[in-house]
Amino acid sequence: MEEAMRNLFLFIRRYFNFFLFLVLQVFCLYLLFNYNRYHNSVYMRVANEVTGKFYSRYNDVEYYFKLKRTNDSLVKANEMLYNKLKQDFEMPDTINKTVNDSVKIDSLLKFRKYNYMAAKVIGNSVILPNNYLQLHRGELQGVEKDLGVIDPNNAVVGTVIDVSPNNTIVMSLLHKQSSISAKLKNNGESGTIVWDGLDPHIVLMKEVNKSVKVTKGDSVVTSGFTDRFPYGLLIGRVQQVISEKSSNKYLLKIRTAANFSDLQYVYIINNLQKREPAELLKKAQKTNE
Amino acid sequence: MSNLVKNIIRFILFIFVQVFVLNQIPALHHLVNPYLYYLFILWLPFKTGRRTLMFLALFIGLALDFFTKTPGLHAAACVLIAYIRPFVINVLISHEGAEANYEEPTIKSMGFVPYFTYAAVLTFVHHAFLFLLEALQFGGMWYFLLKTLLSGAISLLLILITELIFVRRQRFRTNTA
Repeated sequence: MEEAMRNLFLFIRRYFNFFLFLVLQVFCLYLLFNYNRYHNSVYMRVANEVTGKFYSRYNDVEYYFKLKRTNDSLVKANEMLYNKLKQDFEMPDTINKTVNDSVKIDSLLKFRKYNYMAAKVIGNSVILPNNYLQLHRGELQGVEKDLGVIDPNNAVVGTVIDVSPNNTIVMSLLHKQSSISAKLKNNGESGTIVWDGLDPHIVLMKEVNKSVKVTKGDSVVTSGFTDRFPYGLLIGRVQQVISEKSSNKYLLKIRTAANFSDLQYVYIINNLQKREPAELLKKAQKTNE
Repeated sequence: MSNLVKNIIRFILFIFVQVFVLNQIPALHHLVNPYLYYLFILWLPFKTGRRTLMFLALFIGLALDFFTKTPGLHAAACVLIAYIRPFVINVLISHEGAEANYEEPTIKSMGFVPYFTYAAVLTFVHHAFLFLLEALQFGGMWYFLLKTLLSGAISLLLILITELIFVRRQRFRTNTA
């Protein structure tokens, strides 16, 4: 017995490096596959705060070189909003008359569904197979997990997956696990937006029935089925229609509306009414079990 | 400069170059994803123990991982090359005592061809393992093979340029002195 124990210890000592190697490998792989499944680990909160410091320093310089393009996109966003003002519309008809809305702003608060929060993009990548954005706004400034993120021109960017006190990690559309429910604006046919990891300007729309007519240039918008995005935010435009031979579905190549390599500011959409439907759904699922 | 300070500076510089330069430049092609940070592991002194090597590799891998939000991905590849580094060096050192006479693996201490074989072997092992872990999530055989080959070749080119620009002077140390 003692002999056996001695041999065991000798064996471990002899191959100690190899065992250490195995232990470290298992540790790394555990971290990797665990993070891809659940994005809320304690150590990542600390890591995000630290990398956030470096990223925001770097962004101070980078932002300066992109001021012009950032400005252009904000002007475009303003143009869109100006064109929605009441004074832009006038009817020659005297039957119609403009009435001031009598609902008080205060009482509107409980009807508010979506609240937009501006955030500075400090870290961003488009060349990796899994791309994330890092925003300089976090839990202390009202960001939560699973909120939708759009760019200044209302184009979909991604979903919040991890929040630390002052930083937020966003899984961009350019991520292998990203999957967003979408609709064709023309005919309301729904599908799922995914990314194949190849071109940062192109995402794919899957599960579109062949029964609908799809043409190049059709707009693809958010479906509003999930609580993250309201209906109708632009995702992109159809660039190519691929007919899958083995099924009755189309695969659409979508040119993204957001330019992912140029993002400097984004808006985080907080859905203030998501709790009630979520609870209802949970209750329904419980009764079905 | 002491070895410790030198390596700490290298650690920081390599991470910053990787995160703020190589990961920021627009990709040549989606299969080309150049890496340079693991040169830190290749440049560690000959006398570094295997355990120390592996822990240092873990640290630099995790440091990069926290920037790219892939905890464990680069760390796993780095630990692997740190583990096989001593084997590769033992096979490739041609003249007796290069490890005793020189401090670090360089072109001068190992010779041009052995040094580049060493860099190439570790580069391709690093890239292969990294992209294998990636390909498990998506992609396929061809994606994995092509990406390893192309990215590995570009990374090696970067290493060559780095070696030519930053020549590391090595004192020849003898036992007799």
